[in-house]
Amino acid sequence: MKSQRLQRMAVTSASSLLAVFVALCICAVILLITGKDPIEAYKTLFGAAGDTKVLQGALNRATPLMISAAAVAIGFKMNLFNIGVEGQMRVSLLATAVAGAAIRLPAPLHVLFCLIVAMATGALWAAFAGWLKVKRGVNEVISTIMLNFVALSLVAWAFDSFFRVESTTGSLLVKTKELPTSAWFPDIVDRRLNGMFFIAVLVLVLFYVLVWKTKFGFQLRASGANPGASRVTGVNPKRMIMISMLLSGALAGLVGMRALLGDVHAYQNNLAEQQGFNGIAVALLGRNHPLGIFISALLFGYLGEASGRLQLIDIPKEITTIMTGIIVLAVVIINEAVKRWDDRRIQHKAALALEAVAVPA
Amino acid sequence: MKFFKSLTTGQRTVALSLGFMLVLSIVRLFTNADDITSSGTISSTLRVATPILLAGLAGVWAERVGIVNIGIEGMMIIGTWFGGYGAWKWGSWAGIALAIVAGSLVGLLHALATVRFNVNHVVSGIAINILAAGATEYLSIIFFKGQKGGGESQSPAGKGGYGEFDMPFLSGGRIGSWHSPDILGWIEKKHDLPLLPDLAGFVRGLVSDIYIPTIVAISLVPITAYILWRTRFGLRVRSSGESPQAGESLGVPINRLRYQAMAISGGLAAFGGAYLSCVFTSTYRQGQTGGQGYIGLATTIFGNWTPFGVFRGAILFGFPSALKFRDEKNVPALLLVIAVILVALAIVSLLKNKQLLATGLLIGAAVSAATYFLVDEVPQEFVAATPYIVTILVLAGAQQQLRPPAHAGIAYRAGENH
Repeated sequence: MKSQRLQRMAVTSASSLLAVFVALCICAVILLITGKDPIEAYKTLFGAAGDTKVLQGALNRATPLMISAAAVAIGFKMNLFNIGVEGQMRVSLLATAVAGAAIRLPAPLHVLFCLIVAMATGALWAAFAGWLKVKRGVNEVISTIMLNFVALSLVAWAFDSFFRVESTTGSLLVKTKELPTSAWFPDIVDRRLNGMFFIAVLVLVLFYVLVWKTKFGFQLRASGANPGASRVTGVNPKRMIMISMLLSGALAGLVGMRALLGDVHAYQNNLAEQQGFNGIAVALLGRNHPLGIFISALLFGYLGEASGRLQLIDIPKEITTIMTGIIVLAVVIINEAVKRWDDRRIQHKAALALEAVAVPA
Repeated sequence: MKFFKSLTTGQRTVALSLGFMLVLSIVRLFTNADDITSSGTISSTLRVATPILLAGLAGVWAERVGIVNIGIEGMMIIGTWFGGYGAWKWGSWAGIALAIVAGSLVGLLHALATVRFNVNHVVSGIAINILAAGATEYLSIIFFKGQKGGGESQSPAGKGGYGEFDMPFLSGGRIGSWHSPDILGWIEKKHDLPLLPDLAGFVRGLVSDIYIPTIVAISLVPITAYILWRTRFGLRVRSSGESPQAGESLGVPINRLRYQAMAISGGLAAFGGAYLSCVFTSTYRQGQTGGQGYIGLATTIFGNWTPFGVFRGAILFGFPSALKFRDEKNVPALLLVIAVILVALAIVSLLKNKQLLATGLLIGAAVSAATYFLVDEVPQEFVAATPYIVTILVLAGAQQQLRPPAHAGIAYRAGENH
C-alpha cells in the first residue's frame, strides 16, 4: 500500500512539474514571436534566485497565496468551487481595519483579536453563498462570482462614506484610521518578510491535520467524492457544504492580513487586490495538497518577485501572468490525461487478474 | 396569469416592456424626473447595454451547447485589445472584425480544453481570464508603448467612425439633404401627458442617434433565436446542451457542434469588447471591460438562457448606468419604480397564495419608497452592484422558473456514460 501511495505521489508531482515545463516552453515561443530572447529572459528570471532579498520577497508574496489556496482547496475537497475568496477577503479587510483601530488591547491580544475578526467576517460573507447553495440550491460558482462584485461595491461604498480619513501627510492615498502599533504583525526580516508567513505555514499544517487526520476530514472527503454513498453512512451533505464554506471563508478572511497587519496597517483601495483569485491557480497547481500548495505558492511568489527584473532587460513582466494562465490550463489537462491513463492501467491489470483465475472452458 | 403564460417569449418581452413603460410614466409624472424616459436616456441605455447584450448572447451560445463559459470576461478583454489594435491600424470596422476573429480563437481554446481534454469548465474559464488579462497587458507594452497617443495600458486612437442613423419622419432623419420632421421628438416634449411622451421617447431612442454596430448587435437577438430554435443546426446545438448522449445516439456530431458554438460564443463576447474600445470610445484601455463579462453571464441566467430574455436583462441592467451617466438627479426616481414593481409582484404572489413572499416584497417596496424620500443621491456603488444583486435574488427566489440547459457544465466524452 505504502509503495502505491508513493508511486501516486511521484506521478502527481511529475505531472505538476511537467505543466510548469510546458508553460515555460510556450512562453518561450511567445517571447520569440514578439522579438525577445527567451534564454536571456529565463536566465534573468531564475538567476535572481541567488539573491537573498528576492527570496525573502518571494516568501513574503507566497504568504497570502498559501492561505487563499488553502481556502480554495478546502472547498475543492467537498467538490465546492469557492471563487468568492476575493470578495470574502475584501469584506474582512475593511471590517478588520475598522474594528482593529477602534479598540485598545495589549500587543499579542490585539493581533489575535484582528485575526479573529478577519476570520469571522470572511466566514460570514461566505455563509451567504453556503446558505444559497444549501437552502435554495444555487450553484456556488455563480453565487460567489456575483457576491464578489457585491462585496467590491459594498466595501468601496462603506469605505468612502464612513471610514475614510483624509491623509495628514499630504499624500493622495486615502486610508482608514491607522491601526495602533499593538495590532501590527511583526516582521521577520525588516520590511521584507512578515511574520504572517508562519501563520500561513500553520494554516497549511492545520489544513493537513483537519482533512487527512480527523473524522471530520474523512467525512468531508467522502462527501465530496461520493455524496450519495456518504449520506447512507449518516453524513449530512448540506451540513458538510455549510461547514466547508464557512471554513473556506474564514481562511479567505486571513488572506489579506499580511498586507493589512504586516504592511499598510490601514485599509485602502486595491489593498491585497487579486490575492484571493490567485489562490485558485496555486491550489490547482498544488493539487489541493498542503505540501503541493506550499511549493506552488513559493513558485508563484518567486515569479511575482523576480518578474520585476525582466523589465531591466526590456521584457514586459506580464509574461509571468501569461505563464500563470498557461500553467493552470496545462496542469488540469495533464492531470486529466494522467488520470485516464491510470484508469486504463488499473482496468488492464484487473482484466489480467480475472483471466488468471477464470476456469478455462 | 394563464393568458400571460400562453404568450411566447417575444410577446412577453413586449408586454413586460409596456408594463414597465407605464410604471416609468407614472413615476415620471409624479417626480418630474423627465429624463427617465427621454429618448436620450433610451439611446444611451442602448449603448451601455450593447456590450452586456453581446456578452449575454455569448453565454447563451456556450451554455446551450453544454459548456459553462466563465471566460466571457477574458474573451471580452481580448476583444477590446484587438478591436483597439485593428481600429488603430486599419480603421473602425477592421477593428471589430479582428476582434471577432481573435475572440473566436479564444472560444475555440476553451472548447479544446473542455471538449478534447475534458477539463473542468470553470477552471478553463478562469485560466482564460488570467491568460487574456496577461496577454493584453503584455501585447500593449510591445505594440502600443511609445506610439503616438498610445502607452503601456492604452492604444492610440482608432481611425474612422461608424456613422449614426436617424429614422426619417420618426426622429428627424435626413432624406437626401432634406430634414424630415421630428414627429416623435415633438410628442416627447409634451411632458404633461401620461404614457404618450414616454412611448415616443422610447421609440425615438431606438431609432435616433444609433450606431450601426448597435443595430447589428441588436439584430443578433432575433437571429440567435431563429438559429437556435428554428434550424436543424440550432436543434442539434440545444440537444448537445440538454442530453449529448441522446444526440450522439442519433448521429449528432456533438464535439464538432461544441467547437462551432464556442467559436460563435467567443466571437460574440469579443464583439462586445470591441464595442467598448471602438464604438463606445475610440481607444483600448486596460481594464475597460470592468466586469461586464460577468454582468453578461448574469443576464444569461436572468434571461433564462434565451436571447430575448438576455435582451431584457441587458436593457434592465444598462438602464440605471445610462441614467446615472446622463443626470445623477434622475436615479433616485428608480427607487420608486422598484417600489411600484415590487408591489405589483406582491399582488401576483398574493394571487398565487404565497403570503410570506408577498409580505417580503411589500416590505421591500416600503423600504425602497422610504429611501426615495430620504436620500438625494444614489451612490455609484449601488448602481454598479444592482445587476449582481438582482441575479442573486432571481436565483434564490425564482429558481423554479429558471430552466438552464440540463447538461451545461457536466463532463461529457463521446461514447461514454451511455
